[in-house]
Amino acid sequence: MEGIINFDHAAATRPLHDVAESMKPYMLDVFGNPSSMHSEGQRVKEAIDEAREQVASLINASPEEIVFTASGSESNNFTLKGVAFANRKKGDHIVVSAIEHFSVLQAAKSLEKLGYQVSQIPVDKDGLVDPDDVKKAITDKTILVSIMYANHEVGTIEPIEEIAKIVKKRGILFHSDGVQTVGTIPVDVKKLNVDFLSFAAQTFYGPKGVAGLYIKKGARIDPLIVGGIQEGGRRAGTENVMGIVGMGTAAELASKEVAKRIAHVQVLRDLLIQSIEEKIDHVCLHGHRELRLPNNVNFGFEYIEGESILLLLGMENILASSGSACTSKALKASHVLSAIGVSPEIANGSILFTLGIDNTEADVNLLSEKLPRIVDRLRAMSPLYQK
Amino acid sequence: MDSPYSETVMDHFMNPRNVGEIKDADGVGTIGNPACGDIMQMFIKVENDVIVDAKFKTFGCGAAIASSSMATELIKGKSINEVLKVTNKAVTKALGGLPKVKRHCSVLAEQALQSALNDYYKKEGIPSPVKMKSEEEILAE
Repeated sequence: MEGIINFDHAAATRPLHDVAESMKPYMLDVFGNPSSMHSEGQRVKEAIDEAREQVASLINASPEEIVFTASGSESNNFTLKGVAFANRKKGDHIVVSAIEHFSVLQAAKSLEKLGYQVSQIPVDKDGLVDPDDVKKAITDKTILVSIMYANHEVGTIEPIEEIAKIVKKRGILFHSDGVQTVGTIPVDVKKLNVDFLSFAAQTFYGPKGVAGLYIKKGARIDPLIVGGIQEGGRRAGTENVMGIVGMGTAAELASKEVAKRIAHVQVLRDLLIQSIEEKIDHVCLHGHRELRLPNNVNFGFEYIEGESILLLLGMENILASSGSACTSKALKASHVLSAIGVSPEIANGSILFTLGIDNTEADVNLLSEKLPRIVDRLRAMSPLYQK
Repeated sequence: MDSPYSETVMDHFMNPRNVGEIKDADGVGTIGNPACGDIMQMFIKVENDVIVDAKFKTFGCGAAIASSSMATELIKGKSINEVLKVTNKAVTKALGGLPKVKRHCSVLAEQALQSALNDYYKKEGIPSPVKMKSEEEILAE
């Protein structure tokens, strides 16, 4: 929509024009089922093959190591459950961090109900996992370690290569949720040395409802969805053809432009952090200052509540997100902020701004101008705030 | 911009009535805690059994701020006997409804009001007719 300023790119990016254009023929014209032998089917199969190559190339994988899924949440569920089921004879222990996405944490919880053991390792006040803690958590029964590449709320980038060294030395499978990194920063699965990596098109200017999982050749995993030979038998069901084609285009563009994108958003990120810290008192930046996604700004605003801030930002056509209990359906403050030791009252006053290629310096300046007024206005109403 | 709230809620959130404190209030009630995301503070001034002034301060979401604002509007100028009957339902109705997950905010408004009335009775040395109710009790009514 015209006039909308999106600072909520972690939730969704606007699909690029070229992405939408590449999808169009698969809605209007090319309709075959890629599993069909006839020419219409084969045309679609070729399009999927091409997209698989484009996506593989973005993360330095081989095309046959990519499985398309419907969401980052599916990729995470697929990994946890699929690895747990396929490797049950080897062991029953899984290690995750406390700040994983709910699709990892709740899949782990489901596995606990089935008799698996789950260790949740803590993070420090910046949201960093200590590789030593992973080392200590591993037992002879550990079959999978899952640590996210970068956190979706506080933006902290985890030491994945270092953790991989420890995990791989023990011959254990290693998964990383890369939803917030793939397309945002350069990602190389060989360098990272992960066995599984989740990603989703909507975070890199692709369509929603399409995502993927990198599965290193030879890594043992059972399918979640069975009943067909699609995706090499690793995910049954007729493919989301136009979504996959769109993700392929988005991946190719991301491969070409990632350095440019980082340069663009990082300048804006630093400008926004600097302006907020200069103009507003009683604020705290959540997450690590340096080991941080180039597009992530997350602040706690003391004495006020996040939903109110979002509503007032909304009146200025500015979109953002909050870790407040009031904005969650469960009415619980963010588990990530709680894991990094943020008190519930500050978590309730936290706002996440995630930048993207469509943001400009003028957008950041407008936000920096509006935000202090919004904060003042709510503080004037707050019984917690004494001037 | 689309919002999850009714026009009246947005009006009371954007232009809250009676924000502030009453320095020599006859009754003050504070309800909620910041961990849950809401604190409501209500101040009343009473003359001849009539609420002549009411003010509030709230830490909370849009619905909490609008509920506080509406509650103060509903009690201003009313006799204590009338105010004793102001419930969360009356606040919600006057706001043109609240999303289901936000009914809790109207409950806080009722509790803040009850708490302010209790404080008033205590200061006056009169046994309070108000029995503080839990959120569950209020929502069950």
